Amino acid sequence: MGLTSKLGDLGVVTVRLEDAVNWARTRAMWPMLFGLACCAIEMMSTQASVYDLSRFGMELMRPSPRQSDLMIVAGRVTRKMAPVLRQLYDQMPEPKWVISMGDCASCGGIFNNYAIVQGVDEIVPVDVYVAGCPPRPEQLIHGIITLHERIKQERITDWA
Amino acid sequence: MTGLQDSVWEGDIQQLKGLVSERALSGETMVLNMGPQHPSTHGVLRLMLELDGEEIVSCVPDIGYLHTGIEKSMESKRYEQAITMTDRMDYLNPMGNNLVYCLAIEKLCELDVPLRAQYLRVLLAELTRINSHLVWLGTHALDIGAMSVFLYCFREREKILDIFEMVSGQRMMSTYFRPGGLWRDVPEEFEPAVRDFIDYFPARIDDYERLLTNNPLWLDRTQGIGFLSAEDAIRLGCTGPVLRGSGVNWDIRKAIPYSSYDHFEFDVPLGTHGDIYDRYLIRIEEMRQSLRIVRQALDNLPKGPVRSNNRKYVPPPRSELGTSMEAVIHHFKLWTEGFRPPKGEVYVRVESPRGELGCYLVSDGSPRPWRVHFRTPSFIHLSALPHIAKGHLIADLVGIIGTIDIVLGDADR
Repeated sequence: MGLTSKLGDLGVVTVRLEDAVNWARTRAMWPMLFGLACCAIEMMSTQASVYDLSRFGMELMRPSPRQSDLMIVAGRVTRKMAPVLRQLYDQMPEPKWVISMGDCASCGGIFNNYAIVQGVDEIVPVDVYVAGCPPRPEQLIHGIITLHERIKQERITDWA
Repeated sequence: MTGLQDSVWEGDIQQLKGLVSERALSGETMVLNMGPQHPSTHGVLRLMLELDGEEIVSCVPDIGYLHTGIEKSMESKRYEQAITMTDRMDYLNPMGNNLVYCLAIEKLCELDVPLRAQYLRVLLAELTRINSHLVWLGTHALDIGAMSVFLYCFREREKILDIFEMVSGQRMMSTYFRPGGLWRDVPEEFEPAVRDFIDYFPARIDDYERLLTNNPLWLDRTQGIGFLSAEDAIRLGCTGPVLRGSGVNWDIRKAIPYSSYDHFEFDVPLGTHGDIYDRYLIRIEEMRQSLRIVRQALDNLPKGPVRSNNRKYVPPPRSELGTSMEAVIHHFKLWTEGFRPPKGEVYVRVESPRGELGCYLVSDGSPRPWRVHFRTPSFIHLSALPHIAKGHLIADLVGIIGTIDIVLGDADR
């Protein structure tokens, strides 16, 4: 590299299209800035200095669903919030992924009552579930890496 | 999901009669929705704003997007089990919520708490206050546009969370306090870890102040904005830094000391102008005062047990189970059906980072609470929001939401 690349002699890299696309999708996956409850604070910790989500190209949280690729459902989803959440999901452009962060979002957690949706998968399709109440930032990062690994396995035939 | 379409509002403006002014009904002013998904509403707050140009004419909060039914769920749990619910109510102040609930049970049962447990409770509650103020400072500055403060605040917050994890095994939802004391004594590493933090943190507060206190942009966005007079603050039921920002000297730790707060020396910072900037200065100073309390509690930490010896309410230690039949019976009774407090009702209040946090507990003599109600500061402050926001520019609204420091889990429960 170095001098040769400056001269414009970059050589040729051959790669399968799906690998290149999947690689690109995992390297800059913008999450939606969308917190619900306690887990959102841990999601902020994951973003902040110690855990530094920008290592995965995810430091840019988009407040608008139109610009985001990943929805991290961080916290308990109430029956009042459920339609809003679904609307946000519908507004996200394809391809889009959902991480259900924490026990409440995954299965209702300790709140088995009238107010809480017993798992966000009743409303939106979930790709990765992260357990914990709330999950540690490491657990969320593990969930994100699991999602990345999954995306890298996607075949061109799945995209249609 | 049923009712998905029903929730999309398709009615006409006349339905908002009474909530917005007459000018909005004729189309003279604009009605704008803000939230529940908005980067600076600190969770899932929804506001209906009526705007005249950029000026806020009225503001109607719509809460309940995080209503979790915590109070109702607590009625179906035994007294000890229900502590886990309180953590998740105001999730920036888990130890404080544990504290008020345990104090209510202790008042109901007339249960004694060893001094060591009281000191540790104070110490941890004050660390929680710092923890909560750090999240507040980071997000408040982020809302107003100072990004770097957030990164600094969360760096220090991790150190507090490490201490919480050390004592309880959990970073945020510690559930460490129990009726009659604490779950267990703190580990050996606790004292050096807290001392490290005490030595390390004051310079960090100075760092935040260097970033913000004299920053002209920060002053422009905060001074004279979000004004609340002392009379209005009292009339609207404000407590905590919001009330003290208007110059009213009311801190429950001083006024009605609980859990041995009267053993500690600390100052209650007061504001003079009642604006966002004053409340910012107060919370910064409160972090310093909290650190003072933590240092005193650690220096004077008495030796001894951390749980009461009253076996009717507090399970016996494991070591007794092999030698005492009575201990086995108590253990069995407490873990199969729980304890039965006498009939009655109590109200206990503590100073949470946000203000007066009260717990109203009604017992019918069964092992489960008949009714638990929390008087949460966020809910009360949210009802003061329309008053504070009126007449301000819409750009200042994010600062005003930040300055009253609401946690929606606390408001909705």
